[in-house]
Amino acid sequence: MEQTSTLHPAVVAGTAQLPQLHEPRNPGMDLDLDWVARVQANTSAIERRAASLPGRRSVKKDYQAAWLLKAVACIDLTTLSGDDTADRVKRLCAKARQPVSAALLDRLGLPNLTVGAVCVYHDMVETAVRALEGTGIPVAAVSTGFPAGLSPWHLRVQEIRESVAAGAREIDIVISRRHVLAGDWQALYDETREMRAACGDAHMKAILATGELGTLRNVARASLVTMMAGADFIKTSTGKESVNATLPVSLTMIRALRDYGDRTGIKIGYKPAGGISKAKDALVYLSLIKEELGTRWLSPDLFRFGASSLLGDIERQLEHHVTGAYSAGWRHALA
Amino acid sequence: MTIKDIFDSMDFGPAPESAAEALAWLAERGNRFGNFIDGQFTKPGATFETRNPATGAVLAHVTHATDVDLDAAVKAARKAQVKWAKDGHARARVLYAIARLLQKHSRLFAVLETLDNGKPIRESRDIDIPLAQRHFYYHAGMAQLMDSELPGREPLGVCGQIVPWNFPLLMLAWKIAPALAMGNTVVLKPAEYTSLTALLFADICRQAGVPRGVVNIVTGDGAVGEMIVTHPGIDKIAFTGSTSVGRLIRQATAGSGKALTLELGGKSPYIVFDDADLDSAIEGLVDAIWFNQGQVCCAGSRLLVQESIADRFLTKLRARMATLRIGDPMDKCIDVGAIVDPVQRDTIARLVDGCVEGDKYVAPGAMPGMGCYYPPTLISGLSPASPLMQEEIFGPVLVSTTFRTPSEAVEIANNTRYGLAATVWTENLNLALDIAPKLVAGVVWINGTNMFDAAAGFGGTRESGFGREGGWEGLSAYTKAKGATKPLKPILAYGGEGQPQDGVDRTAKLYIGGKQARPDGGYSRPVHGPRGALLGHASHANRKDLRNAVEAMNAAKGWGKTTGHLRAQILYYIAENLSARGAEFAKRLNTMTGGTGGAAEVEASIRRLFTWAAWADKYDGQAHGVPIRGVALAMKEPVGNIGILCPDDAPLLGLVGCIAPAIAFGNRVTAVASEPFPLAASDFYQVLDTSDVPGGVVNILNGSHAELAPHMAAHMDIDAVWSFSSTDVSKGIEAKSAINLKRTWVNNGRVGDWFTGKADEQFRIAATEVKNIWIPYGE
Repeated sequence: MEQTSTLHPAVVAGTAQLPQLHEPRNPGMDLDLDWVARVQANTSAIERRAASLPGRRSVKKDYQAAWLLKAVACIDLTTLSGDDTADRVKRLCAKARQPVSAALLDRLGLPNLTVGAVCVYHDMVETAVRALEGTGIPVAAVSTGFPAGLSPWHLRVQEIRESVAAGAREIDIVISRRHVLAGDWQALYDETREMRAACGDAHMKAILATGELGTLRNVARASLVTMMAGADFIKTSTGKESVNATLPVSLTMIRALRDYGDRTGIKIGYKPAGGISKAKDALVYLSLIKEELGTRWLSPDLFRFGASSLLGDIERQLEHHVTGAYSAGWRHALA
Repeated sequence: MTIKDIFDSMDFGPAPESAAEALAWLAERGNRFGNFIDGQFTKPGATFETRNPATGAVLAHVTHATDVDLDAAVKAARKAQVKWAKDGHARARVLYAIARLLQKHSRLFAVLETLDNGKPIRESRDIDIPLAQRHFYYHAGMAQLMDSELPGREPLGVCGQIVPWNFPLLMLAWKIAPALAMGNTVVLKPAEYTSLTALLFADICRQAGVPRGVVNIVTGDGAVGEMIVTHPGIDKIAFTGSTSVGRLIRQATAGSGKALTLELGGKSPYIVFDDADLDSAIEGLVDAIWFNQGQVCCAGSRLLVQESIADRFLTKLRARMATLRIGDPMDKCIDVGAIVDPVQRDTIARLVDGCVEGDKYVAPGAMPGMGCYYPPTLISGLSPASPLMQEEIFGPVLVSTTFRTPSEAVEIANNTRYGLAATVWTENLNLALDIAPKLVAGVVWINGTNMFDAAAGFGGTRESGFGREGGWEGLSAYTKAKGATKPLKPILAYGGEGQPQDGVDRTAKLYIGGKQARPDGGYSRPVHGPRGALLGHASHANRKDLRNAVEAMNAAKGWGKTTGHLRAQILYYIAENLSARGAEFAKRLNTMTGGTGGAAEVEASIRRLFTWAAWADKYDGQAHGVPIRGVALAMKEPVGNIGILCPDDAPLLGLVGCIAPAIAFGNRVTAVASEPFPLAASDFYQVLDTSDVPGGVVNILNGSHAELAPHMAAHMDIDAVWSFSSTDVSKGIEAKSAINLKRTWVNNGRVGDWFTGKADEQFRIAATEVKNIWIPYGE
């Protein structure tokens, strides 16, 4: 097992996925409650923007293929199930290494494409790290009493430490929704700050569980507070809420992220998770990110999809692009 | 570019919509079109070219309609109208069929529109064409419901309709759908830049089973428009276009008896308060001023941003402008397409280049190497006095200034000759709903912009025109009250040399600002009874007295903000006090006119007052069911200052019958009394004095209708003029009203009905403006 202070082999391999290779980390800042209170999010207007975006941007032919490959590069290939086993996680890691068939990738001119990361529960971190050794693909662990985040505080912090010690380079933490719902921004800030400290060199992705925050205004405020507390990424959902990533929620979060960057100069990453299962949806998300944040964000160090079934649809679309014939699911390797 | 290159650059790349089907449709018709008259396309005559502004390529040759063509079209429309008006359900079926066919051929319409106009295919596909369909669906329903819901209304007849080039098919739909629904037939002229979708629509009409002659399309330039406007066989003109042309149309139709609605220019304010969702407000601006290259009459072209957030807002705005994509409108990934014509682009450039103040920021996006384009532009740091804050640019150019307080925002917003639309961004519901009624505009959008629907009326005030399109309120533009009217003969004052009848000399003064006022000119005119007796002297008002009355109306603006309940009480009180002096008024009326109907006229006047007291708190607005999560509140607002030339034939009843509905809904009035029989009015002001009517709400002048009418019609601070005079002033009023495009309601020499309530609905419509306030909601 590696120590948190030493670089993971993936970093040594110099792969593209890891945020710290490109941009300064978010050091966080003091909690600015005035700023938090000023934040507005007009739901109807945000929904209108989200609804009209797919009609405003569209990518075709080679561009579509390239964008879908970019989506693959940004996937956090995920398994977060009670029936996960070591072999299941190994299979997932194999798919992460070769997300699209080698023949297709050769034809498309990107033979070494991998996904952005593999995302698992703490118990599976070591398995995943071993399975991905030498690939440069980081392992992300969902920690802090995922998905509800209601286990004893010291255990949540300890879980982070143990996941990091097990080799996770990214920690997807869940925030305490109750602090948002109670308007206790100080508590949210303090908790998140402590989690960030526990992450050490591992990057912290803060899961807001937006489906449980009630309003987009709460989503925007929680986004800001977690960034002030040092989140490297903000992430929509655990995938376990009844409503997970949506375009309006994404728009709200990335606008908060942009404001934070305008003020601090720090680039924060964004990860929508849950409910994104179609290639077409992935293209819309990439368009949204490009439009609102800029092309720089279309890279695994600043953008990830938390998804499990998305890859299958993308594989079919890529094969269609190469062959001109519509594809079938069974032609592509399972995870 | 390899896929790997694109993977690294992540550019959008080309996403072209195919023009093949639309070009094939044109080619099948030889790229030459005649007019569509009496259900058939005529042979092409002398033609002009219509071009694709994105490329300059000629798309087709379109006929320049002649007067013979127009005569044939009007004749066909006239012939078809009677039968068309008979069966609302049959009309509903036809309108429904049109709506369905517009859906079935939606992409063909969208592509043809974009080719002809230069607007992005995204907009024609997702906005123009669906809204056009919606208008026909909605008005199919209105045709179905006309008999049951509008029993007192009938069609106007043949409507001449002239539509602009910025939303060719959509404006056609806004014009044709309600006209047809109400049983009218139409002769429509598309703009010469953009005739093609109207011609495709004509094709669709045949497939929809539109009876011959019901829809006629004539093509050509302004000369054809002028022929339509002056054609004696046309009963109504509906025009959407520039304020300058609207003014000419108002003058040209004056005195013709043609009904008229005008939807003209604008310089609509876009107000952003410090508590707004700024990112959403900026996205709204994209839809406000860069939608359709800013070639939108209601474009939010005048940004007013609260000083405390101005820097941050403008910084964000410039960043947003940087991601706008300008280029081939047939590309699905384009935000800003081509300007409709080089002439238009040059006008925009001239206006912008002429602006020497402020900070100009031009969107940095790549511009196409060819075609007719203008880059999205922001000019910030202007003041209300800057010419570009006043003048409509009709292009992708936003101008901005700052304000400090909500009341200053309203003041700057209303500091304009126009009154079409306004946008307000704030998360404070109290603020939004306080501001919206104060803005001079026919449409107000809260936290959104450029929202349209067939169920909500659209149209403006001031020099943005008059009339509404859409909603229940839009139907009055295509209907009139049932029943025939008789010609009105001039009613002359009696002359004579008789002796005075009053024991003590009485002075009938003017009534201005709640005070009796001597006439500015210092002249009075004797009033004689039928046998020559001297009944008294009436002060003779001149234009300066009118001016003073308007000042008094302005000082009484607060009346418009009083409650309907208060206004009702005051109207009842007037009735009470009139009743108390009923015998005296009856005697006065009989003495002046020589008739015996005085008592009945007084009684009828009291009834009128009761009627309008009743309506004062019951003419409710509507919450339109528009297809968003939200409401469009159609609020009834006072028109403002109304000048009235009272009927000569019913000296008291006519006066009361005009004043009461006007003030019931919050207007201020200046009424010129019956010219031959002025003394009932000068007695009446004493009743007003005792009835708690605030000074300035009602002003009464005596004098010559012929002399005062032109000054009233030309006064820029009068919002509407009504004339029921027996003097022939209708044409002059309509012509002069063009100066500020005030609303007019004139009798055109026809007898009015003062004793029954048949005209009540017309009074309600004339005394109010419908403002649609769009309020999307949701948290």
